[in-house]
Amino acid sequence: MSLLLDVRGLSTHYVSARGTRVTRAVDQVSFALGEGETLGIVGESGSGKTTLALSLLRLLPPAARIVAGEVRFEGDDLLRKPAAQMRRIRGKRIAMILQDPMASLNPLFTIGDQVAEPIRVHEGASRGSAWVRARELLRAVRIAAPELRVREYPHQMSGGMRQRIVGAIAISCEPRLLIADEPTTSLDVTIQAQYLNLLRDLQRARHLAMIFITHNLGIVAKMCDRVAVMYAGRMVEAGPIRKIFNAPAHPYTKALLESIPRLGDGRERLIAIDGQPPDPANPPAGCPFHPRCPRVLDRCRQEAPPEVAVGEGQTARCWLAGDRR
Amino acid sequence: MRRYILRRLGFALVSLFLLSVTIFFFVRVTGDPAVLLTEPGASQADLDAIRQQFGLDQPLWVQYGSFLAHLLRGDFGQSFYYRTDVLELYLSRLPASLLLAAVAMAFSLVIGLPTGIVAAVRVNGWWDSAGKIFALLGLSMPSFWVGLLMILFFSVYLGWLPSSGSGTPLHVLMPAFALGWYFAAAHMRLTRSSMLEVLGSEYVKLARLKGLPEALVIAKHAFKNALIPVLTLAGINLVLMVNVAVVVETVFAWPGVGRLLYEGIAFRDFPVVQATVLLGGVMIVTVNLVVDVLYAMIDPRIRYE
Amino acid sequence: MTGSRAAGLTLAWRFAAFRSEGFPLLPTLILLTLALVAIFANAIAPYNPEVGVLGERFRPPAWQAGGSAEHVLGTDHLGRDVLSRLIFGARVSMVVGFTAVIVAGLLGTVLGILSGYLGGWVDQVIMRITDTWLALPALTFAIFLAAIVGPSEMNIVIILAAVYWTRYARVIRGEVLSLKERDFVRLAIVAGCDKRTIMRRHILPNVLNSAIVLATLMLGVVIVTEASLSFLGVGVPPPKPAWGLMLADGKKGLMAGYWWLTVLPGCCIVLMVLAANLLGDWLRVKLDPQLRQL
Repeated sequence: MSLLLDVRGLSTHYVSARGTRVTRAVDQVSFALGEGETLGIVGESGSGKTTLALSLLRLLPPAARIVAGEVRFEGDDLLRKPAAQMRRIRGKRIAMILQDPMASLNPLFTIGDQVAEPIRVHEGASRGSAWVRARELLRAVRIAAPELRVREYPHQMSGGMRQRIVGAIAISCEPRLLIADEPTTSLDVTIQAQYLNLLRDLQRARHLAMIFITHNLGIVAKMCDRVAVMYAGRMVEAGPIRKIFNAPAHPYTKALLESIPRLGDGRERLIAIDGQPPDPANPPAGCPFHPRCPRVLDRCRQEAPPEVAVGEGQTARCWLAGDRR
Repeated sequence: MRRYILRRLGFALVSLFLLSVTIFFFVRVTGDPAVLLTEPGASQADLDAIRQQFGLDQPLWVQYGSFLAHLLRGDFGQSFYYRTDVLELYLSRLPASLLLAAVAMAFSLVIGLPTGIVAAVRVNGWWDSAGKIFALLGLSMPSFWVGLLMILFFSVYLGWLPSSGSGTPLHVLMPAFALGWYFAAAHMRLTRSSMLEVLGSEYVKLARLKGLPEALVIAKHAFKNALIPVLTLAGINLVLMVNVAVVVETVFAWPGVGRLLYEGIAFRDFPVVQATVLLGGVMIVTVNLVVDVLYAMIDPRIRYE
Repeated sequence: MTGSRAAGLTLAWRFAAFRSEGFPLLPTLILLTLALVAIFANAIAPYNPEVGVLGERFRPPAWQAGGSAEHVLGTDHLGRDVLSRLIFGARVSMVVGFTAVIVAGLLGTVLGILSGYLGGWVDQVIMRITDTWLALPALTFAIFLAAIVGPSEMNIVIILAAVYWTRYARVIRGEVLSLKERDFVRLAIVAGCDKRTIMRRHILPNVLNSAIVLATLMLGVVIVTEASLSFLGVGVPPPKPAWGLMLADGKKGLMAGYWWLTVLPGCCIVLMVLAANLLGDWLRVKLDPQLRQL
């Protein structure tokens, strides 16, 4: 299986308006993704997951800057591509789904127009053929009566339908990689499962690689082959899903897994992680998790741990992890 | 869509009704209507005669009834000074004001829209800062002062443009500029903030994610959405311009309804004052209605309310 | 109670806001200076602003040919000293402007709160009146009222207040409507507070921010309207020195090139309005970012 995406040492910083405060939103992140694989990126809000995704596509707000690293997609480093080439990759080779489907769709244009648009821009298709493709795509995402829907407007659709339409837009030009940023967070629970199944079916049918960003470990377990855990902009642990769930190497991962309530486990109180997520502009010295870590050592307070291998295909950033071997 | 139009029409009619009540109230109740409705310099006998004629000793609601009846027949009274029907007088002056407002509006949009868009697209850049200063000045300088300054500069010092009257295209330039100046600043400000909001929206983000060229993102996705609040404001402002042009028209002796209002107060010609104000209000309510309907045509969401 | 704590927070926050960076020092100083000039006009102005020496008519400012140090900024068509008139004009503008804004603010805020909180027919009545009055442009409406009651300084203040209170009422009502849904108000209702207490102790402190921002922004508008009214002859009556009136007089000398009678009073107006607008903009951003649409 060849590597579709190979990210090494990616760092993205936000600089405040006066240049005084530097926030390390993404700090030395490395991971790889093969064709057709699904990688889950997990973390609390503010951990840098969305910034990471936007960095891959180089669509950051003006205050943010990619300061280091390589993003090799199909062999080429995206960070060194000229803007025009990058634009041709977006939507065509790499697509992205955002969290809020209502806000993602332009209220003034029809569904058909918005689904057909990337096809017309990237493939130069005529209006007629693009709309035909649009109808097929709506059918592929399991929207009933697509001939009627193409002429309607976003506000006439339900939330679940809108998210499917966003999905249709994403796959319209047959991308190789799909990044989904919390796609089910704003959907009703009953619709979530349907949508996830749809994504998985689409992925299998089109041999799509996926990066699934979420804070929900349950979804990760269901959808992903591999998972990476982010904390304060760093990737503190990554590896195959079985291994991570059964034998987490990083105390944060362990705490996350333990905090999920399970029926019949005999617990009376919910287990939460002590403390608060760190202020991204002012992270603690050393390992950012150390103020909340139940197994903190002196070393953790002073030095940030490097990435070490912990078993096959699994890495972690923890002083304890290295010792375990 | 039809139901929407009917509803808006209903609201408009209620507003018009209330407008007439307001005008009526102020004239009959807070002022001394007999004095107001008589020519200046009338004697006591004249005042009594007027009281009889307008039925000012009758109960208020009877008075209002007759007032409304006159209005609906198009009888807004007679001008003391011009000795003609006030409605006729008003309508004869209206085209000049509309012309002035149209030119001023064109000017304000031609300056305001592109400046606002560029300021938003190149936010915090040089153009944006210059735009902010321009907006601030525009909103702080009274339009009639701008007019006076222009006369000083272009008529007195340079002798290029005529300082008063109408007739040639040259005559309309300065008054339109003076009138439009404030609105150019207001439109620029609104365009900028509207555009900024739209540029930060999720659907623009998605448009960029689709890999659309930036020019298309701005021209198609951002522009139309950003324009909605600006056009609404512009429509309302057009009619506002006609009405607040009082001072500018006075400065430039432009023969519009604004100048008519000034003449009304200068010559103590109250029927003219009353009618101008009333008709101005009618115009505004009507235009608001039209703007609302046009809005619904552009923005499909409104139709389904 | 949570309501008064919210009020306390607002007060403390307002105070803190004043000490933070970005504070518009220059505009505030300008306004303060104008206020001081207005208060101490009698001491500062070199001449009586209402009396002129006919032999000294149309004297240009001191730095131009024909000018003298006796009248630093020149004289007008009646020989009155321009500098003195500008100084006393500041008093007129400040008094009329501030009073009108405060009265309009009080009236508009109270009615806005009543309308928003009580709802029902009170709301309908107040809102219908507000909408109708808002449909009339302020200037036209003011001219209309001035034509009825006659111009005087007192009348102008009343007229301006009558014309502008509707702006407050609209905005405040909107705020109250959303405040009503907030939990601390609901808690107060559940706790058994009567309507008057709720309006006074919970709603009022929370709308004060908007009222203050609106007042500052309105100041500029009111001053321009007053100047316009005076210019047209239905504002502050002569011989009182209002800047708008000076502009009207100045027009007489415009074609002859007597620029100082037009430029100088206008600059004063712009200065005051600019300062008020800058302060208002800063306040709006500091006190409540949600008021962007004002």
